[in-house]
Amino acid sequence: MTADTILASLHLSIPELILAVGALALLMIGVFSGERSGPTVTGLAIAVLAVAGLWIIFVPGEGLAYGGAYLADGFSRFMKIVALVGSIVAMFMSMGQAREQQLDRFEFPVLLLLATLGILLMISAHDLISLYLSLELQSLALYVVAAINRDSLKSTEAGLKYFVLGALSSGMLLYGMSLVYGFTGHTTFDAIATALSAETRSLGLVFGLVFVLAGLAFKISAVPFHMWTPDVYEGAPTPVTAFFAGAPKVAAMAILTRIVVTAFHPVLADWQQIIVFISIASMVLGAFAAIGQRNFKRLMAYSSIGHMGYALVGLAAGTKTGVSGVMLYMVIYMVMTLGVFAIIMAMRRKDGRQVETIEDLAGLSATNPFMAVVLTALMFSLAGIPPLAGFFGKYFVFVAAIQAHLYALAVIGVLSSVVGAYYYLRVIKVMWFDEAKDEFTRTAGSLRLVFGLSGLFVITYVFFGGAIGGAADLAAATLF
Amino acid sequence: MTDWPILSTVTFLPLVGVLLLLFTRDDGPNGRRNILNISLATTVFTFIVSLFVWIWFDNANPGFQMVEKHEWLTSGISYHMGVDGISMLFVILSTFLMPFCVLASWLSVEKRLKDYMIAFLVLETMMIGVFVSLDIVLFYVFFEAGLIPMFLIIGVWGGKDRVYASYKFFLYTLLGSVLMLLAIMAMYWQAGSTDITTLLAYKFPPQMQTWLWLAFFASFAVKMPMWPVHTWLPDAHVQAPTAGSVILAGVLLKLGGYGLIRFSLGMFPNASEYFAPLVFALSVIAIIYTSLVALMQEDIKKLIAYSSVAHMGYVTMGIFAANQQGVQGAIFQMLSHGIVSGALFLCVGVIYDRTHTREIAAYGGLVNNMPKYAVAMMVFTMANVGLPGTSGFIGEFLTLIGVFRANTWVALFAATGVILSAAYALWLYRRVIFGALEKENLKKLLDLSPREQLILYPLIALTILFGVYPAPIFDATAASVDLLVNNYTAALHAAQNVALSMN
Repeated sequence: MTADTILASLHLSIPELILAVGALALLMIGVFSGERSGPTVTGLAIAVLAVAGLWIIFVPGEGLAYGGAYLADGFSRFMKIVALVGSIVAMFMSMGQAREQQLDRFEFPVLLLLATLGILLMISAHDLISLYLSLELQSLALYVVAAINRDSLKSTEAGLKYFVLGALSSGMLLYGMSLVYGFTGHTTFDAIATALSAETRSLGLVFGLVFVLAGLAFKISAVPFHMWTPDVYEGAPTPVTAFFAGAPKVAAMAILTRIVVTAFHPVLADWQQIIVFISIASMVLGAFAAIGQRNFKRLMAYSSIGHMGYALVGLAAGTKTGVSGVMLYMVIYMVMTLGVFAIIMAMRRKDGRQVETIEDLAGLSATNPFMAVVLTALMFSLAGIPPLAGFFGKYFVFVAAIQAHLYALAVIGVLSSVVGAYYYLRVIKVMWFDEAKDEFTRTAGSLRLVFGLSGLFVITYVFFGGAIGGAADLAAATLF
Repeated sequence: MTDWPILSTVTFLPLVGVLLLLFTRDDGPNGRRNILNISLATTVFTFIVSLFVWIWFDNANPGFQMVEKHEWLTSGISYHMGVDGISMLFVILSTFLMPFCVLASWLSVEKRLKDYMIAFLVLETMMIGVFVSLDIVLFYVFFEAGLIPMFLIIGVWGGKDRVYASYKFFLYTLLGSVLMLLAIMAMYWQAGSTDITTLLAYKFPPQMQTWLWLAFFASFAVKMPMWPVHTWLPDAHVQAPTAGSVILAGVLLKLGGYGLIRFSLGMFPNASEYFAPLVFALSVIAIIYTSLVALMQEDIKKLIAYSSVAHMGYVTMGIFAANQQGVQGAIFQMLSHGIVSGALFLCVGVIYDRTHTREIAAYGGLVNNMPKYAVAMMVFTMANVGLPGTSGFIGEFLTLIGVFRANTWVALFAATGVILSAAYALWLYRRVIFGALEKENLKKLLDLSPREQLILYPLIALTILFGVYPAPIFDATAASVDLLVNNYTAALHAAQNVALSMN
């Protein structure tokens, strides 16, 4: 590698470098200014993320870097912007909440920054090794963050559970990668694809494929690798859960998409059936298991399992329309989830007690109409009722499935969305039909801003959605 | 005719009212009056504007008129609007019934009036949007979006079992609709367009038509509702507030009938012919069975709800007779039923507001102290029965002629429904209005207030007007129905020729 190629590589990965240097610098600031520096460091971390995001938006640069391990293209740009928005918003929401959740340590923003760095690298990964390393960077930071409220039994349990199961999935992923490497002789995605189309695929490769997909399915919490999700969602402090539900899922979905449609494209028939199965299982389990939930965060965990299933419907098609549908779905899903978590954080009684069961929302439409209207819009949108954004997300992934003749998948998908509608309706029912209980305390301005924007997004999507859809189409085209 | 986008104006005008309502205050008598005035003004103004759609409508033109088309969502879906003879009058029906809904809620809605009116105005936009959409995805968006306000209307302002009824309404309808959504996607994939005008001209392969037809039927049969998927309707009607029932019976049920004419008959002629016997059978069962069920009801609203199911049986039967009389009759029957059943629910609302019960047994002898009410109720009961001279007769008679041409036996069985409807309707009338005025609480009931007269008298006039002079309606629908029926028969002939040449 010459100095020129290294410089070119560095130039392509400047957003990641900003985050890496920023995280180290913030760590120093935190250490030297002591315990009370939490809020400052959080603010600076948001600034660092914003700078990286602006760089991605305004400084175009595409190409392979670091000997094929890193790829910057339209797809990665799109997904990185989405993931960064998720990180920034989650961190922004945590600011008001920091104290009583023990998130006011400066380590918290630094860890989230490192996790975001892992996320960006993961989206750009173009090699099995860089994929694994970036995924571990992200995961290790998140294991710590899940257990950051160390005085809370639930939080430590969540962190431990996440770590043990995460380590298992990393092991599977790594094992699968070694099989793929063993049977193709390559680690970069291009080379794997070339090798696979040159010869007939071997049984060993299929094993490798299954393990790789299982490892990644864990990260997007798709059935049957979803078991950690409800416990971690419930146990982790809510701002952390809000982070988990957004950016890491986007990144994992991005890399799953990239690996199957570039590296494994020649063996489409093999991975398609796996994705179809995972997708159906996630949609059905997400729909039925959520019915009995009383805790709002657990409900959102099952909801996210179901939504990953819907996103995978588009991926199962394996076409350009499908990938564009997945990207659009992730954008819409992330906005909706962040909005819902902002509302969950705002569920605080007058005496400062944080509540999180669905019954606590009783009569919200009378006590806090604005929040109730936004949450209603978000719930209908999650259920996929037009004219809200969630409907269009579902529409485009199902169009792709129909085009790919995956009729059974599509029919099961829409039927489970009806079952899913039931539990979203329950939240709405509690807010509108039930008598009011205690009021919530005044909502922090930052939370109101987040869920207000989120509600505005799902309601007005019909007007500007074309622009996002168009961008997703362009970005998806770079994979084909 | 001007270039003014009249259809978009009519569709979104209610949302302007919603915006105004957002700036009002919900508390105190002043706030209440403001809300009611704004809602009434919005709905009346929308109705007046919508009349221009009728005035500018060219009866001789069978195609789509007042068309607007814009790019939307950059994905093949377009914002495409237009009306033809089949859809135009439904727009008028929707806008016409809304002011009555506002008036009917004048006193009876006590809590959260502002939210209530907002829900109704949003619902109006969605209903009109369904009828004027010329893009099938746009149609679906409006079709489904209407569920949201109706769910809240039943759930928040409904009766005792409102939660159950609202869930049942929502999930039943959604279940049918999602299958239609998949069919829409399949059509998009097959024909490469979501434009209704293109899809109407496109010839879907017969094999595919069967599946598409079934998927659309799943949605519209629930919406109509047809036996055996009608069970959500009585629950929803009983629990919904008066105005909710009016809109449900008056307009929302018509979405199903409109969809069957526009999509099932218009786009899948071969499948429609293939499945016609099934529809006939279900319609006849609906007419006879639900009429018998109506006879046994203790609750006035439930009785009218079951009678609605029976009347919708005539509509589905007429549509799939697929001839001029059948389809014209079905459209007329829907419009007439929209006015008559809406009026009947308003009548129930009048006495419910006074006594807060819908039990038939709780009434009797109302003619003694409420003569005006008795007259109004009589006209609508007679129209419900299908007495000549009322609008109900024309629709039933035409659909029966239409179906007689298609299948004599079906007509025979369906005609017994006319007798049964007379039985339950007259019996209801007798138990509520006639008899001795014995119950103490009924003795002090007052006759119709000026507001209630304002609600009911125009409807009486229309019921009788369209009963003796239905020409304006037929003039508007004839050309489009002709075109539809001709296309349908042409498609069947083409299929026959293909079958013959194969042999």
